[in-house]
Amino acid sequence: MSGTVVERDLRETAPTPPLVSLGMLFGAFLRITLSGFGGTLPWAHRILVDERRWLSPREFVDALSLCQFLPGPNVVNLSIVVGQRFRGVAGALAAFSGLVGAPFLIVLGLGVIYSRYGHAPVIDRALAGVSASAAGLVWAMGLKMAQHFQRVPRAVIVTLLGFFAVGVMQWPILPVILVLTPLSVAAAWVRR
Amino acid sequence: MKDDVSLWAIALLFGSLSLVAVGGANVVVPEMHRQAVDIGNWMSDTEFANLYAIVRAAPGPNMLIATMIGWKAAGLPGAVVATVAMCGPSCLLTYGVTRVWQRYQHTRWRAAVEAGLAPVTVGLVLASAYVLTRAADADWRAVAVTAVTAVVALGTRLNALWVLATAGVLGAAGLL
Repeated sequence: MSGTVVERDLRETAPTPPLVSLGMLFGAFLRITLSGFGGTLPWAHRILVDERRWLSPREFVDALSLCQFLPGPNVVNLSIVVGQRFRGVAGALAAFSGLVGAPFLIVLGLGVIYSRYGHAPVIDRALAGVSASAAGLVWAMGLKMAQHFQRVPRAVIVTLLGFFAVGVMQWPILPVILVLTPLSVAAAWVRR
Repeated sequence: MKDDVSLWAIALLFGSLSLVAVGGANVVVPEMHRQAVDIGNWMSDTEFANLYAIVRAAPGPNMLIATMIGWKAAGLPGAVVATVAMCGPSCLLTYGVTRVWQRYQHTRWRAAVEAGLAPVTVGLVLASAYVLTRAADADWRAVAVTAVTAVVALGTRLNALWVLATAGVLGAAGLL
């Protein structure tokens, strides 16, 4: 059982890291955030993995795992991990400011407009449409990530358990993580 | 009531939430609501709901709900303090852990931990997709929008912004 999909992917990703400047980090995360109506993670996946190829699909899952298991907003943590990886402290700051700067101003602007004019039903209806569509993007990202587990039964089982517990049953995330993670890591260790 | 909220109170609230928000900012939104509406009386229930709706639909990370709460409680300084407090502690932690984590690249146990974490992460992503679908979808038309978006994103190279925009226009026109 040495050649699972997961392990092969790990070996494929070893060679040269791409050259990424501070400006590129800032720009990529600015695009991620400005595209992220109703959610930014699917755009992080699309731009970092599919478009710029800074991370392999496998590296993205690993980076996101780290971000999800550490406290704090996931995509903010992701900007730190990706920025740090290519450019250290300066990179983390560049990615972070790209991600948070512009939406900070946009959200405050919208807040001012809202508190001055109240909200219009037509905006609510448009937002409902965007939210429904944004949910579809998260499905697509999750399914794309899950494709890599096709031939790893233990990973499929853990994925389904996590989905069922937190999604369908709506159990709180933290206890689910605390129970599921040790089991999953132990299974991964034993199956090597 | 606005001016009574001290920046320290805001910093303390979001600084501590930053370090307990395992799984993302959405996890601590109920606690933000409790502090800002029920305990602190910084805003009404409806105001909170509307601000959260704005944040979720606007471009950018959902943690900006902290920015909005800080702004509502203490103006622009409040917004800055809330944002920095919500991101600062967790960012520092993430930075430190990433540095340490890199040192163990190519070790057997790190490979096992990553292989074990990955499916949990993907399960949580799919769970959040499910929760978002349940929250957004009033009826079959909204479900159809969710499904069509997913199919387009998986099966084509079309920029998903077009799909989001179309869904927004359909919604505004009252067709959803």
